[in-house]
Amino acid sequence: MKILAIDSSSGACSVALLDGEAVTERFSAELRDHTRRILPMVDELLAGAGLKLSDLDAFAVGRGPGSFTGIRIAISCIQGLAFACSKPVVPVSSLAALARGARRRNLAPADAVVVPALDARMQEVYCAAYDGQELSAIAADGVMAPERAAELVSRLSAEGRPVVGVGPGWNYPALSALGSDPLAGAAQVLSHVDVDIHAEDVARLAAELFQAGEHVQADALEPAYVRTEISWKKRERIRQKGD
Amino acid sequence: MIGHPRGKSPRQGPPRLGLRAGGGALSGLYGHKYGLSMRVLGIETSCDETGIALYDSERGLLAHALYSQVQLHSEYGGVVPELASRDHVRKTLPLVEQVLAEAGVESSDVDAVAYTAGPGLIGALMVGACIGRSLAYAWDVPAVGVHHMEGHLLAPMLEPQPPQFPFVALLVSGGHTQLVDVQGIGQYELLGESLDDAAGEAFDKAAKMLDLDYPGGPRIAAMAERGDERRFKFPRPMTDRPGLDFSFSGLKTYTLTTVRDHAQADGLPDDQTCADIAAAFQSAVVDTLVIKCRRALKQTGRKTLVIAGGVSANQLLRQRLEAKLAEDGNRVFYARPEFCTDNGAMIAYAGCLRLQAGETQGLAIDVRPRWPLAEISRSASGGQ
Repeated sequence: MKILAIDSSSGACSVALLDGEAVTERFSAELRDHTRRILPMVDELLAGAGLKLSDLDAFAVGRGPGSFTGIRIAISCIQGLAFACSKPVVPVSSLAALARGARRRNLAPADAVVVPALDARMQEVYCAAYDGQELSAIAADGVMAPERAAELVSRLSAEGRPVVGVGPGWNYPALSALGSDPLAGAAQVLSHVDVDIHAEDVARLAAELFQAGEHVQADALEPAYVRTEISWKKRERIRQKGD
Repeated sequence: MIGHPRGKSPRQGPPRLGLRAGGGALSGLYGHKYGLSMRVLGIETSCDETGIALYDSERGLLAHALYSQVQLHSEYGGVVPELASRDHVRKTLPLVEQVLAEAGVESSDVDAVAYTAGPGLIGALMVGACIGRSLAYAWDVPAVGVHHMEGHLLAPMLEPQPPQFPFVALLVSGGHTQLVDVQGIGQYELLGESLDDAAGEAFDKAAKMLDLDYPGGPRIAAMAERGDERRFKFPRPMTDRPGLDFSFSGLKTYTLTTVRDHAQADGLPDDQTCADIAAAFQSAVVDTLVIKCRRALKQTGRKTLVIAGGVSANQLLRQRLEAKLAEDGNRVFYARPEFCTDNGAMIAYAGCLRLQAGETQGLAIDVRPRWPLAEISRSASGGQ
C-alpha cells in the first residue's frame, strides 16, 4: 500500500510517504512556514521514491485537533491533491498520531496509558487517552482545562496504571506537577513535552484505518476542530463585548 | 478521472504553460496572438465569499459559481475570520466540481490555476491558495497567485464591451477606496485613496446607525429610494481642496449626529426621516466619489474611467458618473453587478493575463494579507 500523509496541526509540519512497511519523511519545525514547505516536501519524497501521485492508493492527513490554521493548511493541500487524483483520503486524529509517535520511539511502555496533550490556548488543552499496544481510546479527543485532564490522569494513576504524557499541553502546571509528587500506591506519571506530531505516524495509522474501510472523498474531508463552533461563538461574543 | 490524465510525474522546475492548439499555430506562448487557448480555473477566498470560475482565453468565461457567507456573518454585524475560513474549506471543492460540470470541461482540460494570494483575511486566503496550488501541482499545470484588487480592477474586461487601456480606475469596496492610473496590466500608479474609512465601510457603519443589517450598501440604497436627499445637506468631504484623497469618517460622524438629533423614544428617527438620512448619506458619498473621479480624469488626461469593487454596483453612483462624465466627453465602464463584489471570474481572468505574460508561482505557497496594489508590478515580471 502507498499513502502520502501531511500533518501541520501543531507548530511543526511534516510530510510522509508510506510504501508497504517503509516510510520516508520530511519534517520542518519552522513556524509560519508551513505553506512554503509542504508541496516542495511532497515533491522531494515522490521524486526520491520514483513515484507519481497516481501511484498512490490514498492520502492521509492530520485532521486535528490543533491549530485551526495549521489543520486547514494540511486539509486544503490534501483536498487539492486528492481531488485532482480522484483518490480517497484517510483523516487521522492528530492526538492519536502523537500517541503513536511516543510508542514508536519507545517513550511509553506497553502497559502504560498514553495521554497526548496539545496547547489549545485560552487555558485549555486538547487531550485524549490511549491504552495498550494497539492504542485503543480510553478517552476520546476533547478540549478541557488542564486541571480536568490532570484529574483523568490522577484517576488512572490511582488505579495503578502508569501514565505517559506527551506533547506541549503537558507544559501546563496542573499536568507537569503530576509526576513530581505521586500519591502513595499510585502508578508513575511521566511526561515528554518536546514531542512533535509526525506525518509518519499519521501515515501508519492511516494504513490501518484504510484497510478497515475508513476513508472519505476529498470534497467531504473536514477538519476536526474539537473546540465546537457553539462554544467558540460564545467566546467570540464575549471578546467583542470586551472591546 | 483516474490518476493524472497526462501521465506525467509532477516535478519541481520550470513550469510548462499548458497551452493547446486552437487555431493550428503552435509557435509562441501568447494565446491571443497565436490562436492558442488557455483554460484557467480561478479561486477566490479572500474574505466571506467562495468564488470559483473557469475562463477560456479564446471563448471567454465558461462557468462561474459563488457561495456567499453573508447570512452567516450578518449575525455578528461583520465578518468573523475563523468562521469564514471554516466555510471556505467546506465550499471550495464542491464549487470547483460544479463549475467544471457546468462548463462541460474535464479536469484534464484545465491548463492552469489562479488563486487570490492577497490582500485579505490570512486564514481565508490560505484555504484557496493551498487548494489551488495543490490542484495545479497534481494536474501538472502552472499556477499563479493573483492580487485581489487587480482582479476587481480587470473585472469590467469580462463584459461584452470592455474598456481599453489606459484608464483611471476607482476601486471602491468595504476595504478600499482608491483612484489608480492604469497604463496596462501590472502598471498601476496610485493617484489617491481614503485617509480613513473605505466608502463601503462608511455604508456599513451608517447602516448600523439606522438599524439596518450587514452589508450596509444595498440596504442603504434600498432605503434611500423612499427618501428625500434634499431634506438634509450632508458634507462632501475633501472636495473643496485640491488632491485625490478621500475621507469618510467625518461623514460618518455627521450621520450619527443627524440620527441622534431626530431620534425618538426607541433611539431611532421615524421611518421617513431614516429614509431621508439614508438618501442624503448615499448622495454625499456618491457626489464625493464623482467629483474625485472627474478630477482624476482631468489630471491624467485619460478619457476612460473604470469603477470596480462592491460599491461600484451602486446604481446612483453609476447614473451620476455616466451623466457627469458624458458632459466631459468621457466614458465610464463597470462590471455586471455580480462581478462587482468578490467572485472567481475576475481571479481566473486576471490570472490568465498574468500567466500569458509568463508569470507562475513555484511550489512554495505564499499569501499576503496586506499587499499594496502599487507593489504588484514588481511580481509581474515573473520574479516570484
